[in-house]
Amino acid sequence: MHELSIIYSVIDAAENELRQREDKMVIESIELEIGELAGVEISSLEFLWPAAVERTVLETAECKITRVPGMAACTTCGHTFVVQQYFDPCPQCGSHWNQITSGEELRIKSLTLVERTPGLQVLQSVLTE
Amino acid sequence: MCTTCGCSGNGHKLTAFAAMKKPVSTFGITFDAPGVVVEESGEAGFPLGNTLTAPAPTKTVVELERDILDKNNRLAERNRGFFEARNILALNLVSSPGSGKTTLLERTLADLGDRQRFYVVEGDQQTARDAERIAASGAPVVQINTGKGCHLEAEMVHQAIRQLQPAGDSVLFIENVGNLVCPSLFDLGEAYRVVVISVTEGEDKPLKYPDMFRSSQLCIINKTDLLPYLKYDLEALRNFARQVNPALEFLEVSATTGQGMDTWYDWLEQKSKETPAFS
Repeated sequence: MHELSIIYSVIDAAENELRQREDKMVIESIELEIGELAGVEISSLEFLWPAAVERTVLETAECKITRVPGMAACTTCGHTFVVQQYFDPCPQCGSHWNQITSGEELRIKSLTLVERTPGLQVLQSVLTE
Repeated sequence: MCTTCGCSGNGHKLTAFAAMKKPVSTFGITFDAPGVVVEESGEAGFPLGNTLTAPAPTKTVVELERDILDKNNRLAERNRGFFEARNILALNLVSSPGSGKTTLLERTLADLGDRQRFYVVEGDQQTARDAERIAASGAPVVQINTGKGCHLEAEMVHQAIRQLQPAGDSVLFIENVGNLVCPSLFDLGEAYRVVVISVTEGEDKPLKYPDMFRSSQLCIINKTDLLPYLKYDLEALRNFARQVNPALEFLEVSATTGQGMDTWYDWLEQKSKETPAFS
């Protein structure tokens, strides 16, 4: 269940970013980029997310995930092609020697922050109840 | 120029989801939406903005563009720097549970212990049983219990080497938690990742667990003494593994009988003499 470690790393990075702003902001949303070859099961991530972010800076944040398809360049014939699995051969020459050009991303792209305002906090507590 | 991908625009808009403030965490998945926004005013996305007397809050988009495992990767590089400076050959041994990693190490320490200095970091969810087995061979060992954790991380190895204080010109074996999935994502600072597979496992394991075989440099096929009793196709295993990682090297050994162990010892000797290449 390494997806939990992934979420903890995301929380850690978000907390660091917020600390630099002296906690004047709250995180509205976070955008992740996870390649299809990155070895992360999105359904596990989704399942674990609510419990893992509870009482953290990401508790109320929306999580947006962008999936990046796997792409490879064949090192034998130079053809570029879509890979679903590492063992997909080059469709042009059948070689398994390739260089992955995308799909292994495991990145935090951005955080959207909103100013912490008393009005917002009231609204938040109303909405939560 | 767009700072995200280098295109000539001012940055394309993200295929946006409703930017509504929700009291619970939510999830949105999109496929390959390039680029990201700069700064926006908060009005549009603030659902009850009209009813509030306070001005709509300012929204800021911070483009982090940072690897999620950035912290682990940076710590792993620190470990790697330490190993390289002291000429310590650090190996990360990964496999499914029961493939014979500990037996392989016991045999190696027994056979080479008088001419090569070894250190061992043992990773298991529970117990110090493996560390006790290794300690019996005389090599300094630290046991890491990950509890519910399914893999070792660079930070754990960092703590372990602080305890071990390995001397230079030595070999450090890091025996990862038996698991063919999770440890593949976590760099520990090793020079080589060695995947151990036993012939009592299926030949198609490399296809079923491609990430681990893709990220390893050496594959040790263990328990070859059992081959006469099994229907096992070694060539099929090698072919499947090469489909995932054509550059993977193979060794065939039996850690119990010692058969083939000299090829492993030659590999160790050769690698400990090589100067690591910066990548």
